[in-house]
Formats: sequence, C-alpha cells, structure tokens
Amino acid sequence: MTIKLGVPSKGRLMEKTFDWFGARGIGLARTGNEREYAGAVEGIEGVDLVLLSAGEIPRELAAGRIHLGVTGTDLIREKLVQWDQKVEPLAELGFGQADLIIAVPACWIDVNTLDDLDGAAAAFRAAHGFRMRIATKYHRLVREFLRQGGVADYQLVDSQGATEGTVKNLTAEAVADITSTGETLRANHLKVLEEEPVLRSQATLFRSRNAPLAGADREALRTLTKMLRV
Amino acid sequence: MGVTTAAERAEAVRLRQRFLDLGAQNVDCAILQPAETLLDLYGEDIRARTYVTQDPSRGEVMLRPDFTVPVVQMHMETGAAPSRYTYCGEVFRRQEDHPERPAEYFQVGYELFADDDPAQADAEVFAVFADALAGYDLRAVTGDIGILTAAVMALEISEPRRAALMRHIWRPRRFRALLDRFSGRAPLPPSRKALLKDAKTVATAPMIGLRSEAEIAARVAALRADAAEGPLCRSQVQLIDALLAVRETCSFALEHLHDIAVDLPGLVPAVNRFEQRCNALAARGIDVSALEFEASYGRSSMEYYDGFVFGFVPAQRPDLPPIATGGRYDALTQRLGGGRAAPAVGGVIRPGLLLQLEGVA
Repeated sequence: MTIKLGVPSKGRLMEKTFDWFGARGIGLARTGNEREYAGAVEGIEGVDLVLLSAGEIPRELAAGRIHLGVTGTDLIREKLVQWDQKVEPLAELGFGQADLIIAVPACWIDVNTLDDLDGAAAAFRAAHGFRMRIATKYHRLVREFLRQGGVADYQLVDSQGATEGTVKNLTAEAVADITSTGETLRANHLKVLEEEPVLRSQATLFRSRNAPLAGADREALRTLTKMLRV
Repeated sequence: MGVTTAAERAEAVRLRQRFLDLGAQNVDCAILQPAETLLDLYGEDIRARTYVTQDPSRGEVMLRPDFTVPVVQMHMETGAAPSRYTYCGEVFRRQEDHPERPAEYFQVGYELFADDDPAQADAEVFAVFADALAGYDLRAVTGDIGILTAAVMALEISEPRRAALMRHIWRPRRFRALLDRFSGRAPLPPSRKALLKDAKTVATAPMIGLRSEAEIAARVAALRADAAEGPLCRSQVQLIDALLAVRETCSFALEHLHDIAVDLPGLVPAVNRFEQRCNALAARGIDVSALEFEASYGRSSMEYYDGFVFGFVPAQRPDLPPIATGGRYDALTQRLGGGRAAPAVGGVIRPGLLLQLEGVA
C-alpha cells in the first residue's frame, strides 16, 4: 500500500500546491500528456499523487480513499457534515485565500448589515409575494450564517457559476459567493455587507481521519509530515 | 436504542388506538408533501431539517417532517368544528448536527379543532397526553406563546417596530437584538448613522435587480421615521424581561403574571386566558400547583405554536428529546386557510422514545 495524496488537478491551485511541496523537498509533477490526470512523486518513498477536482477532495478524504488532500476550507465546511470528525487540518498553505461573503446591489443604500438585509427581505416579500432570493452554491454555510444572524423571508437559489450575474439577470436579489479581491463584485455593481465574512478560506492540507494505515504506510506518513514540518 | 421498527410501529398503533377510543377520527397523510407550502410557512431554515427532493413534474417535494400541515389542510377542506383527529406514521428529519439521532421515526398525534372555549380545548388535549403517558417518569412543562405576543402588542411603540418584534417572536436572539436597538441599549451601526445623516436618498450606483428605486426609498424613509421615534422606554423592556423570566409552577406563575399585568394592562386578557386554562386543567384532575410553567418555553423550537404549548420530558434521561410535544396553532390554520381560521390545538408522541423508557403503562 501507499499513502495517497490528493491535489487539485489543474490551474493555479495545482501549480501553487506543487511549489509548496517542492519548497519542502517533495517533487510533485503531472506525467503523461496534458490531458492525462496522472502524477509522480519524487523525494519520498511510498507516497502516490492523486489528481482530483478540488471539489471532490473533501468527499475522498471523508471516505478515507486518500490519506492527505489539499483543498479550500470553504469546500470542506460546505461538503462535510461534522467536518472536524472526518478530517484534520495540518497546514494552511498561504494561497488560494478567499472569503465567502454576502453581497447586495450597490444601489441598495439602505442595506449594509444583516439586520438591514432582514428588514429589506421582509419588505421585499410583502411587495413581491415571494421570499428574497440569494444565489449561491454554498447552501449549508450560508443558511447557517443567516440563521445565526436572524434573517428570515429569504430563499437560497442554486448557482454553480457566474453567480455575480444573477442579480442583473433578475434570477436573484443578492448573492453569497467566494471573493478574493472583490473586483468581479464591483464590476457587477454589487457591494459586500459590512459583516464578518461567512467564512475565511484558503488552500489547506488536510489529513483524513478515516483512511486506513498499515505498518509501512504509517512510517511513510510520519516521514512525509516531518518533511512538510506539519 | 435497540428498538426495532416493528416494535415502534406496534407501539404507535397501540397509542393511536387509545386516541381512536376517545372518539378521534383516523387520518392518513401522504408522505410526499409539496415543499413550497412548508418553505413558505417556515422559511429556508427548514431545508436544513428536512429532506427536500426534486420531481420533474411536481416541482420540489418534501418527505413529511410532521403531520400538522396536511391535517390542517384536510380539516379546512372537509372538516367541521369540533373535530378530533389521530394519526400515526413515520416522519423524516435531517440530523446534520446530530447524526446519531434517528432521521426517520414514528409520531402519533391527537389534534382538536374547536371554535369555542380555547381553555377547555387546551385542557382536553393536555389531559389526553398526560393520561396516555401516565406511568412513565416524565416531567411535564407548559408555556404560552400568547402571553409574549400579548405583551408585544401592548408595548408603547410604533407599528413598524411592533411588526418587527412580532416577526421574530420565535427567534429569541434576534428578538433581543431588536429590543436592544429600539431601547437604545445597542448603538446604531456606523453605516446606518451615515445613511441617516446623508440628505440624498438615491444611490450613485446603477439600478440593478428586481428591488426598485421606490422600494429602496420607502425603506430609507422607514429608517428615518424609526430614528425619529426615540427609544423604547427601559421600564417596558424590563417588563418583557420579567415576563420571559417567569419559570415556576402554574399557580405561582399566574400570580407573578398578574403582577406584571398591573404595569402592562394590555396583558390582562392573555393572563385571564392562562387562568381559565389553569381552571380547566384543574377540573380535569391536573394538579396545577405542581405543573411547571415557563414563559419562554417552546420559543425557539416550536415555531408554529402561538398559544398554549407543552412538552413531556424524560426526567432521568436528559440525553433524550421530549417524548411528547404540542400546543395551539391558530395562526397556522389562518395562513393555510387564506385568512379563514380554524382554532386548533394538538400534539404528538414519539413511540420510539417511549419504548426506550422503563414504563409501567
């Protein structure tokens, strides 16, 4: 058996992850042609690289099919119920920073806090006959955040991409999405509520609490975490 | 644990037979319910506690989280007061925060729709449950959401502020935050202060979305009016605090509430209703000098109850949820009936939990 390390399979997240491991003496690389999701590990024995979509890494960690995985805190929290019983965060990798925030049209001069959002939602429902729509793909996190904040008379509508455009397209009144610089929000005439974000996220190395460890694997994992200083 | 589904079903059927013998009519309800009705009643939060699924032709449907809504709908279509109903069957609850709790379990219910004498109806339902559960080591707790709503109705505040408090009766933290804001205990956030100071009411940003310029202007005007209103008197807040802190036996609670009503005369009718209920309970052999009353009972977890509420809690098993819960839900019938109300009070027992207790019944 080997230790399986799950890493996002493409883009900046993959490259930055490779750099982070490389700086600690572990060479990660994609092998084969551009389209083939296969990887190689250098500098340590008994570790396999598994290239996955960042969104699937939480599930694979929870199922114990990979021992370690790099993904965003946002995805772990959204996708895993009782996440802290299934995975342990080992290290924040210092990139992929993004906040999950709630944003409303910048023209809503009367809405700046959750308290305002709740007040506006009540008036909106009375005027339009349906609950104010908030577009997001982070249903659990946003619902819990709004419940804690005492916001009523809203509904979440699913948006898996281009969420910032939903307000202009009249499919939602507000959005809850990940942002790092806020540029896309501003370009779409949205503003962030003056509240703590729903969640601050960054790329994080997680250890599965459910992956089986045989004798040699245990040794390999110990060597790996020592090299990574986590 | 260790209770089989067969044993749970048998216990449910036994309890329903008790209710049938009392003259209740059996009701069967569909397991798949239209999600929209429930979402409109309870809001988005209910998604976290229920199973919602998509049907290509029916839209969103929900595995029934309880029987109350379908029973009310059935009664509003066909029933005449007074009517007594019973039912037994599985309900389905997502347990995200407590995966160890069952997501599917039986409920047995008894519901009474009666137009006259709410005190008698409340007492009948409570007594039916107390009887069915006699012999188990349970602690009965009662409350009355109607006393809190009556207090809010009696406060000396503007109608928009009253409406905001009424809207959040079932969200204690938000209710408290509103009281703090209205009484000046919590400061206005800087963004609100800035908005109130700024003379212009139109945004410089382009108008996007469904919410119109007029709607935004209307809320700005409402916020200005709110700021001009001045703080809610501290003594009024203290009366609400005193009321919410009432937690004693019914007899003492009644005295205490009569005292509070001296300073908040609007509370008198609600306290009188409580007294009539106590008398009706006593007439049915319930010892009200020993029965617990908590003014805030049922506020966070029983959102559709708006009057009398009760629960039967296992005295020696704090790990278990209440064995039986119930209450009055007149406002729910009004919303489902499109304005037409059908005053109703009822409750449910969880037979699966009952089987986990040592009973002599």
